[in-house]
Amino acid sequence: MSVIQVNQLSKHFGALKAVDGLSFSVNQGEVFGFLGQNGSGKSTTIRMLLSLIHPTSGSIELFGKSLEANRTAILEEVGAIIERPDLYPYLTAKEHLQLFAKLRSKKITNANIDNTLVKVGLMDRSKDKVQSFSLGMKQRLGIAIALVHNPSLIILDEPTNGLDPQGISDIRNLIQSLAREEGKTVLVSSHLLSEIEQMATQIMIIHKGQKVAEGPIQKLLDPTKMIVHVKTTNDAQSLQVILSGSFSNYLLQRKDGIYLRIPDYEIPLLNASLINAGVGLVGVETRNSLEDYFLQVTSNTN
Amino acid sequence: MKRIFIHGLVLILLFLSNNVIAQVDPLIEKVSQKLALVNDYVAEGVMKTDVSFIKASLGKVKVYFKKPNLLKVKKEGGISLLPKGGVSVTINSLLNTKQYIALPAGTQQYKGKELRVIKLVPTDDKLDWVISTLWIDPTDALVYKTFTTTKENGSYEITMEYSSYANMGLPSKIIFAFNTKDYKLPNGITLEFGDEDPVSKQKALKNKKGSIEITYTNYVINKGVSNSMF
Amino acid sequence: MKAIISIELYKIFRRPRTYIAFGAIAALIMVIQLGLKMDGQSYAAFLMKDINDTLTVDGKVLNGYLICYILLQLLLVHVPLLVALIAADMISGEANLGTLRLLFTTPYSRTQWVMGKFIAASIYTIVLLIWLAFLALFVSMWVFGTDDLFLMKSNYVVLIQEKDVLWRYVGAFVFASFSLLTVTSLGFLMSSISNNSIGPIVGTMSAIVFFTILSTLNIPLFSVVKPYLFTTHMNNWKEFFDIKVNENNEAIYGTILNVAKIKTSLIVLTLHIILFVTASVIITKRKDILS
Repeated sequence: MSVIQVNQLSKHFGALKAVDGLSFSVNQGEVFGFLGQNGSGKSTTIRMLLSLIHPTSGSIELFGKSLEANRTAILEEVGAIIERPDLYPYLTAKEHLQLFAKLRSKKITNANIDNTLVKVGLMDRSKDKVQSFSLGMKQRLGIAIALVHNPSLIILDEPTNGLDPQGISDIRNLIQSLAREEGKTVLVSSHLLSEIEQMATQIMIIHKGQKVAEGPIQKLLDPTKMIVHVKTTNDAQSLQVILSGSFSNYLLQRKDGIYLRIPDYEIPLLNASLINAGVGLVGVETRNSLEDYFLQVTSNTN
Repeated sequence: MKRIFIHGLVLILLFLSNNVIAQVDPLIEKVSQKLALVNDYVAEGVMKTDVSFIKASLGKVKVYFKKPNLLKVKKEGGISLLPKGGVSVTINSLLNTKQYIALPAGTQQYKGKELRVIKLVPTDDKLDWVISTLWIDPTDALVYKTFTTTKENGSYEITMEYSSYANMGLPSKIIFAFNTKDYKLPNGITLEFGDEDPVSKQKALKNKKGSIEITYTNYVINKGVSNSMF
Repeated sequence: MKAIISIELYKIFRRPRTYIAFGAIAALIMVIQLGLKMDGQSYAAFLMKDINDTLTVDGKVLNGYLICYILLQLLLVHVPLLVALIAADMISGEANLGTLRLLFTTPYSRTQWVMGKFIAASIYTIVLLIWLAFLALFVSMWVFGTDDLFLMKSNYVVLIQEKDVLWRYVGAFVFASFSLLTVTSLGFLMSSISNNSIGPIVGTMSAIVFFTILSTLNIPLFSVVKPYLFTTHMNNWKEFFDIKVNENNEAIYGTILNVAKIKTSLIVLTLHIILFVTASVIITKRKDILS
């Protein structure tokens, strides 16, 4: 069952098309990685999912119901953090959770609040005012606010911002356990692609407000199609060789070097043809990360 | 100027009618004797303040008197407005000092009564008043009206009505009439900005006559009044 | 809605800024009370200069009731600025802080949020007014005692009997609450337009100062707009302290000279409140939360 169903969603700010005809769906229990460069329309989309921004056109359904018509009932089941963890500096961590717990129709006990604080690792600082918190601690508290009412859908925009490596790992484990053990649906955006790679089951990449890729991470990062970085003593000559031969279809348009997306069995042939043409081959690095894939799909669109 | 003129007038009168002054007017004597019956009193009454620029309601007052000329009007638990210096020119104050010369000035009709008009001129320079005219009913020796010019506080007209306590010369109603000056406080002090009052209202406030009226309801006479009351 | 009001009040009263207004009012009132206690007689003598030429005023003129009137005259012009400090920050302050998006993703409509926040800000305003009433009226009554209210207005003097005063203050404070709620709602409107904290506060204060100047200047050009300005009506609490007189110029106990003026002012102020709050709701509903 799809928890999020977005159809032809657009948001225009004057002439700027921040989001342009975006459609996607997220199923229950998925960790959905939402990727895009800064200004790609990621945050605008997330804000539309939370009814903070009114769409110019298109529709959003959460839990099978129109968000516009059932906003209040839907938001009972959603927990979110959006970009920076902005909080009230004059309140303590626990007071934040108590206040936001009051805004839910569900009964949230003191024990629930304490459990949430334990989950995000803030129990020992629960009585401290937020003004003394580091960015990482604020981020943890932001996540705690999103989780305190035990929502079915969790939307996390850049949840690892400001966290140290241990913190990032903790949050990753938390997100994974929420999906695996509690069956919650998580939509997570991050600029740390390696994090998304490690926790997401599905990803979607948007660029300039439009979707450029979507699917299960294993499928997108097809192991039979490797990304290869060719390092030579003469890049111009190498490019001529590649473009004149059968490898031209595999060439990726990148400015930082010669990259090809090429089936693994053709890599020896590429090596041989470069050497035969007299190019001084320094090395051929094979890469297959989400980051490379991301750069590939976004640079293609450029 | 006015004062010098009055003084001059009085001196001329004194000079011209030396033999008249020599004897005390028997009517004034009669009035004084009547007043002498009262050593002190405490009277309850209702006071009405009628001054164009003052809005005040009727208030209960207590009037304390002690011979020779101590008089105090106290509003019960409130603020009272009295003509400045007015209480020092009541009949008791005028007559009990005994420091005056009485000059007969004929008779006049007043509210259907034939009243004798007598002018009093103080012989003691320290007294606050300059000249006073008394309208006295010779039949009951009651003063119905006085008009006194003071040194400091202008002129007062005091009119009196009598009923139950007439035999002791105590009025049932006393009205002080006096001239008022302009009243105006700058808006900057009262912080009253905005609409100006309508013109008609302003005009009404220009009426320069004021009066304070006390209607006595009962007297407690000669039961002793402490000096601390004054 | 109750939850919104309760958490908004909790936030208001946990903020240090909230207590600036309470402290400022207490300090101002105490300074004026101290001044009048030490040297009030000369102040009273100055006010009564014209009266003392003709009349002797006997009694406690400088009593708690008059002190309260003087305090209200001075303070009710400035308290709106203190109200603006909180009211104009209710929405924009959260937008600036970034917490508005946390609030607007809770299961409440934006209308509920705006109304809940307005009610919370109104409660703050009323509490501030009660604090002012307590200090200006009750503390003055305690320190200076009570007597008739001898009120010196620009063109005449009103002497109101002691027993006839207290209800007038109740009326004046109720009226003042409408005045201050108008300021609260104006602050709210400014707050819903802007995304930063300072702009709406300065904007509200400037609007009050600007309109107050228009209301107080007796220039015919401005007379046309004056009846429609809320600042013209905000000061009409004073009408509770003017009394009717009968044909004998006797003040009539328990009367108000111009009840119609009070009613008109209350209607104008209420209309302003409705207008400002409705506009705030519409603006907030239509707005995209980009902060």
